[in-house]
Amino acid sequence: MGWDWRWTLQILPELLTRGLLVTVQATLGGAVLAFALGLLLALLRRSRRPFLSRPAGAAVEFVRSTPLLVQLFVLYYVLPGFGVTMSALATGIIGLGVHYAAYTSEVYRAGIDGVPRGQWEAAVALDLPRHRTWTDVVLPQAVRRTLPALGNYLVAIFKESPQLSVITVVDVVGLARELGAERFRYLEPLTVAGLFFLLVSVPASILVRRLERRLGS
Amino acid sequence: MVRFERVVKRFGDLEVLRGLDFEVRRGERVTLIGPSGSGKTTILRLLMTLERVTSGTIEVDGECLSHVRRRGRLVPADERHLRRIRRKIGMVFQQFNLFANMNVLRNLTEAPVRALGLPREQAEARARELLEMVGLADKALEHPSRLSGGQQQRVAIARALAMEPEVLLLDEVTSALDPELVAGVLDLLRDIARSGDLTVLCVTHEMRFARDVSHRVLMFDHGRIIEDGPPEQIFSDPAHPRTRAFLQAVLDA
Repeated sequence: MGWDWRWTLQILPELLTRGLLVTVQATLGGAVLAFALGLLLALLRRSRRPFLSRPAGAAVEFVRSTPLLVQLFVLYYVLPGFGVTMSALATGIIGLGVHYAAYTSEVYRAGIDGVPRGQWEAAVALDLPRHRTWTDVVLPQAVRRTLPALGNYLVAIFKESPQLSVITVVDVVGLARELGAERFRYLEPLTVAGLFFLLVSVPASILVRRLERRLGS
Repeated sequence: MVRFERVVKRFGDLEVLRGLDFEVRRGERVTLIGPSGSGKTTILRLLMTLERVTSGTIEVDGECLSHVRRRGRLVPADERHLRRIRRKIGMVFQQFNLFANMNVLRNLTEAPVRALGLPREQAEARARELLEMVGLADKALEHPSRLSGGQQQRVAIARALAMEPEVLLLDEVTSALDPELVAGVLDLLRDIARSGDLTVLCVTHEMRFARDVSHRVLMFDHGRIIEDGPPEQIFSDPAHPRTRAFLQAVLDA
């Protein structure tokens, strides 16, 4: 079974437009949600009020202790039974976002803990309002520390996004399977899809490592 | 201006302050000396509300720091009360604690703008004056990490003064500096202390500085004041044998 270049060139445009578009949407949507929700969870967990910190902590543990696949199934097949219906892609973005928010919240937590005590104390001594201490002093320093780790999670979300195909989202991989099914020939479409991930992930990882080194100094 | 009454502070089993009584009048400059761990820094941290007293009361300008009277009962102070009193007090730390994500100018304007509500232009004009005074006018747009320790500490002093405090707390402000940078910072503080009517509480191991600027010296040992007097007397004719031993150890070093 040789490599069919003509067919490869024929399916390439569709993979790179329709498939890629969905993968990018799922990745960026999931990442934005994960980064924002993760920060919110991290802040809630640090709250001095137990009725905020406890549920946030429980939610993080719960999400981290169950597989993404199960979470996606529940969101897609169980929630509609309770009257919540969304498109497959929207469901997938929420699934990815919530799942990775549990992880990014830990990243933020470490970043916040890494801000030296002296910064907080200076803020108190200068009588900065508490919300200003967060927005102007602590978070800018904390987030800067977390950028490399968040970059790694962005790559992780990107690579996990094909899991959305189990809830009928047709991303690059899903599309490759569909194209393969038309001819019972999977070599070319799946290889192209795999190469596509490789071509994005490797430079992204190198960028993250560079960022790590720059911020570390 | 500042009054401690039967103040006790415990950290777990460790009793750092054991029923402390003392008073600092407005405009008075007081230096706290004594061996490490004798509770000097804790006093400044209590005043700055970075720690809470275990028992006893602290008054600032006639107002209780930790409690407020509400419907005839004393209740723990809320954030608003703390902030109102805190506004009168400024502090310079051993480790400078400049905001690491802001340039020098922003370090000086952040609190006046955010806490006092000053217009930014006004805060910046004042900040530039202060930088001029501490000899760092050309560093306004530098990042703190690019300054020497002595320069960082001078910025921190300017930052504290930008809030126009009535009481200035100096917590071992030269202890983290390279020896050749100490003199510059102390000279600056000497000028500031003598020029204004600031009330100053200073914890330091620089005895010559203590002698030069303070009206009064308090000698601490094991969470108590064991001697209290003008610097001339404490440094040349200490009454307490512990003071004598301490001064000998410090001055010989």
